[in-house]
Amino acid sequence: MYLGLADFWVFMAYILCIGAALLCVGYGLINWNRNGSEPTEADLKWAEESDKLSEKL
Amino acid sequence: MHSTLFLFVITMLYLFITGYLGYLGYRNTRTATDYMVAGRNAHPAIMALSYGATFISTSAIVGFGGAAGMFGMSVLWLTVLNITVGIFIAFVFIGKRTRAMGHRLNAHTFPELVAKRFGSPFLGLFSSLVIIGFMPLYTSVVLMGAAKFIEVRLSVQYETALLFFSAIVALYVIMGGLKGVMYTDAAQGGIMLLGMSSLLFLAYFKLGGITPAHEQLTALAPKAVELFGAAGHRGWTSMPEFGSRFWWIVISTLVMGVGIGVLAQPQLAVRFMTVKSDMELNRAVLVGGVFILLMTGTAFTVGALANVYFFNESGQIAFLAANKDIEQIIPEFLKRFMPFWIGDIFFVTLMAAAMSTASGQFHVMGTSVGRDLFATFGKELSSGASILANRIGILITLIASVLLAYILPVYFESGIAIVARGTAIFMGLCAATFLPFFVGGLYTKRITRTAAIVGGLAGFIVSLLWILFVHEKESSVLLLCNAVFGRPSFFGNARTGFIIWSEVDALFVGLPVSAVITFVLSFCTKALPVEHIRRCFGQEQKEAPLS
Repeated sequence: MYLGLADFWVFMAYILCIGAALLCVGYGLINWNRNGSEPTEADLKWAEESDKLSEKL
Repeated sequence: MHSTLFLFVITMLYLFITGYLGYLGYRNTRTATDYMVAGRNAHPAIMALSYGATFISTSAIVGFGGAAGMFGMSVLWLTVLNITVGIFIAFVFIGKRTRAMGHRLNAHTFPELVAKRFGSPFLGLFSSLVIIGFMPLYTSVVLMGAAKFIEVRLSVQYETALLFFSAIVALYVIMGGLKGVMYTDAAQGGIMLLGMSSLLFLAYFKLGGITPAHEQLTALAPKAVELFGAAGHRGWTSMPEFGSRFWWIVISTLVMGVGIGVLAQPQLAVRFMTVKSDMELNRAVLVGGVFILLMTGTAFTVGALANVYFFNESGQIAFLAANKDIEQIIPEFLKRFMPFWIGDIFFVTLMAAAMSTASGQFHVMGTSVGRDLFATFGKELSSGASILANRIGILITLIASVLLAYILPVYFESGIAIVARGTAIFMGLCAATFLPFFVGGLYTKRITRTAAIVGGLAGFIVSLLWILFVHEKESSVLLLCNAVFGRPSFFGNARTGFIIWSEVDALFVGLPVSAVITFVLSFCTKALPVEHIRRCFGQEQKEAPLS
């Protein structure tokens, strides 16, 4: 019995859920300030077009 | 009386907040351009909550939570995939490239992105037709999940609940829910976090803590074996017996079908394009991972633990206590065992989950009709005509979704997790059709136009045929197989080793077929022009070889 769970594979699922969420937290923290960049011309063009599109909705 | 008053107050409060945020969005206080040039700090959390709220619908909570009540905590493998695949891989490996390529190609919808990536208007048309044709099924499932819950909570007829809820969603969408979609979704995500965290805490607390709660559930295993042992059930804290019917349902349909299918969801892919840089996606991973754990992890754990509560009260397992209706397990559990305020917060949580998912779906369906279909035929619509086309698109798909939610329960009332099924069908079809050429198109310059088209079509056709004629959970109720071959599944009860063909999900067949065809044809059909590829991948990849 693992944490009261009968099956090792269910226990693994239980632990891995939490582990996967912790992986996401760790990744987010480590890379918190990485890969930031000022918007490119393509980004701004995309945003302007996106605004026009949402006007139509 | 107190319960009714509390429910009324928090529902009104919720609707007011949603309406206000929708109004802010409507007034264009935050546009995509604003996001690009400002709002660095707030946006990643908002994007992640918005993504999560769109990702997690009522079906994930009520339908899959109910499925956990039936099959047990083995369904938690879906949470593992939800987080690793649906958040981590999706954001880190798909999101960053989707954002970059979408911006380079000035693509705003999923069909537009694939059409421009492969220089194929046909691929765009095909993708939008798949969305328009099948997304109403997924939306209907979302509406149905909410209606089923209202039915139990407010003791009204299912049909009344469905029409009432659909009217609220329609009103929300029409009143500007689509424009303020990021902020309202994020607010709804916040409400969902509050509701599900409280539920998880109380469900464990009332059973004496985590391990005692699990031990009580484990002790009920003989009941599960007595009732469903022949189908492979070994208790709610054990995996179903390898190769049994239950094993195939849990692993192939629930865990893999939905867990992988989420990668190629058009309504989620467009979310990646709204952020300014990869940094926002890095930060969003943090919020998204925790959010999904608290959503599906809670739903599946509480769904399974519901068996202990029902058994202690009436000597019945959850499935029987909920009148053999899997979707009723969570609502009945809340009604009977949780304080009224938890049930009421959960009620608002579900409305938030349904609205955020449905608004994202209607956004995608509306643009598929209004932008992609007309763009495919080279029609440049005037602004007024374009608005009209979008609204007609939304209206048609809304009516289709409501009709399906009205009709489906008539056919699917035999105790199968119907809410889970509709979601799995849509996600499976999306994965088999889009995943190989979408991910391939983001990562390799080698995928050719022909390979993408033929691979996508093959994946779609094979999956659809499998759903109609082989996968018995769907084929038996869609009736076509019975009409043609005189049996619910073409393969009947045939087994090959541990494979029960009628239980194998369409994704297991459609996705490999699509992937192999896309891969093989890419080596023997004409490559896209070098200039086009460079436009798609940008200057930074110029030096990489084209193979």
